[in-house]
Amino acid sequence: MDIPVYLDNNATTPMDPRVLDAMIPYFTQKFGNAASRNHAFGWVAEEAIDYAREAVAKLIGANEKEIIFTSGATESDNLAIKGVFEMYKDKGNHIITCITEHKAVLDTCKHLEKLGAEVTYLPVNSDGLIDLDLLEQSMTERTILVSIMYGNNEIGIIQPIKQISDIAHKHGALFFTDGVQAVGKIPVDVIADGIDIMAFTAHKMYGPKGVGALYVRRKNPRVKVTAQMDGGGHERGMRSGTMNVPGIVGFGKACELSRLEMADDAKRLSVLRDKLESGLTVLEESYVNGNREHRLPHVANISFKYVEGEGLMMAMKDLAVSSGSACTSASLEPSYVLKGLGLSDDLAHSSIRFGLGRFTTEEEVDFAIQQTKTAVNHLRDLSPLWEMFKEGIDLDSIEWAEH
Amino acid sequence: MRVYLDNAATTPIDKEVLQAMYEVMETRFGNPSSIHSHGRESRALLEKARKTISTILKVSPSEIFFTSGGTEADNMAIRSGIIDHQIKHVITSELEHHAVLHPLQAMERERVIRISYVKSDSKGNINFDHLVSLLQANERSFISLMHANNEIATITDIQRIGDLAEQYNALFHCDSVQTMGHFPIDVKHIKVHFLTCSAHKLHGPKGIGFLYINHNVKISPMIFGGAQERNMRGGTENLYGIVGLAKAFEIAYRNMDIDRVYILELKSFMIQELRKVIPTAVFHGETSPENSLYTVLNVSFPPVEIADMLLFNLDIAGISASGGSACSSGSNIGSHVLRAIGADPERPAIRFSFSKFNTKAEILYTVERLKELFYSR
Repeated sequence: MDIPVYLDNNATTPMDPRVLDAMIPYFTQKFGNAASRNHAFGWVAEEAIDYAREAVAKLIGANEKEIIFTSGATESDNLAIKGVFEMYKDKGNHIITCITEHKAVLDTCKHLEKLGAEVTYLPVNSDGLIDLDLLEQSMTERTILVSIMYGNNEIGIIQPIKQISDIAHKHGALFFTDGVQAVGKIPVDVIADGIDIMAFTAHKMYGPKGVGALYVRRKNPRVKVTAQMDGGGHERGMRSGTMNVPGIVGFGKACELSRLEMADDAKRLSVLRDKLESGLTVLEESYVNGNREHRLPHVANISFKYVEGEGLMMAMKDLAVSSGSACTSASLEPSYVLKGLGLSDDLAHSSIRFGLGRFTTEEEVDFAIQQTKTAVNHLRDLSPLWEMFKEGIDLDSIEWAEH
Repeated sequence: MRVYLDNAATTPIDKEVLQAMYEVMETRFGNPSSIHSHGRESRALLEKARKTISTILKVSPSEIFFTSGGTEADNMAIRSGIIDHQIKHVITSELEHHAVLHPLQAMERERVIRISYVKSDSKGNINFDHLVSLLQANERSFISLMHANNEIATITDIQRIGDLAEQYNALFHCDSVQTMGHFPIDVKHIKVHFLTCSAHKLHGPKGIGFLYINHNVKISPMIFGGAQERNMRGGTENLYGIVGLAKAFEIAYRNMDIDRVYILELKSFMIQELRKVIPTAVFHGETSPENSLYTVLNVSFPPVEIADMLLFNLDIAGISASGGSACSSGSNIGSHVLRAIGADPERPAIRFSFSKFNTKAEILYTVERLKELFYSR
């Protein structure tokens, strides 16, 4: 067992060795530019991309012509939202999203507001799911896009995608989903789910960093997005730039592996996740965040009340996890996702996201339980708040004096 | 024999580069934004790579922004540079790469800007008098002119453009994708605001590049969503790509003089042999060592019947070259660059582009096959 134990698979996943093996020849002998039309180096590269495109499409039940390769999910999110805003501006300028979306979606929407977009940011229920009635009420004639993520990166909940897409379509809007955390982990089918556009990325499913995709529906309806990067007309004019051939090959391989092994991985990981959760919720005043029924199999987000967040991370240095304040890295802001669920700043700070992955072992989970328990207990022993809580003082009723 | 003479389209990766990347791919997978040790190790590699590049270019690390490649870097400089500085007039050339022309033309269609195309001669040299008059006639311009042309090799005096840009308070973006790592660019003394680099043109990996932004210029991001690249480019960093880029940069500068002499010799040899074998062949663009890329030679062949199938026949003979730029996927339209310099459309043109991995024997082999194609019918 390697220390620190890596339980941050929602941030990024280690590459599957089989993916790396598939990529290597495209760095060495098969190094051609896929846009070179006149020689074998180009054709070999193009063929490899076609093959990968098929594998990527197959994973999500799409046609290979519907896959646009990008440099990653952030670029895909940007392309989808800005691309729809520009392409459908004659139809309207209203976008509906939700406060717990990834920054790549929220920051893009904020940028578009400066350019004249009207954006509705739906709140979420305390379990992280959006209120479908509220979504329906928010739809207007000017609504061009509903952007709701498939699975949440911090708490792992899965939104009711099919119902959301139905509502969007009923009102003539397109439905875009950030599928980064869900694709490759649970079955995602763009037809059954009624998805018009979807962003996803390789490095969250044991593929390489620096490559992602955007699914853009071609039939019922035929969706188009305005290119955000021009120059060469690659990817059917929607995304230019020399294709990252080894990266795309790796992405294709990662998709193929996920398609074949997803069910087994999910089954194994949900057992481990449940073990982790039950092992940690025996601690007093610990709470699992987010809906426990509709969620990804490999994520557990747990708050430990009366524990100081940064201290907890320090005390758990043998575990690589994310805290409720770490998601935007250097900043010490409490997670806006957890706050969106209604958690207080303190509780958000004292939350830990455990992200299990294909290479997580039971031994590692046992270690994580033991480490976390020790850390929480230790910090509580030092905490005056915990002492007061144990003495039966209702901390919420105390009015703290200003310093 | 298999001969790759399309190095302006993409170059084979250097073994040393792959080795550096492989190590990272195998062992360093943390997200550089994560605060645990896996993340911190990745972050350290990322910043070390930035330092390597900025030290070589003699710029500040804070002036280097990693992107997914040259196209993104060009788009970012152009779109954000123009919009953020509220510039309405752009000076460019018809000889620019599509990664420059297409975003500019898209902005022109959206009526954000007007474009003036600076005149150039039949060898692709821009007309400086015209450039000056364009700068004088407009309030403030954004200049986008490439350092060296990817199809016809002609080099532009960017020092002189930079001086003019300063004199007329213009912003100067230079697509330096073909020269980064091939020529020492004296960023300190060239008054350029934006330079672009694509790793796979200098024996690095595909999918990674950077934009240099002079610290006196502030622009906003093009891709939003995350604090990466000091809030200038959202998205999890392509760590192995970045490590590979830095390594490729290091090697390119370490061996630049040796490589240049070696490759220049290959090019001169090809010119000399072609003149001997096919005297009616002429060369597009500049060919002198001072005024052209030593990596690119664009040859215009006599308009004989066989010429239509020239590239195809070369490919059968195991030689990979390109007709015009390879960077336009799926399109069979002729080269916009050759059109702009008034090249004879009846004469087939082939771009041969060289790297340090080519040999004289390969050049000789190529010239021999060309000779056969033209004379042994």
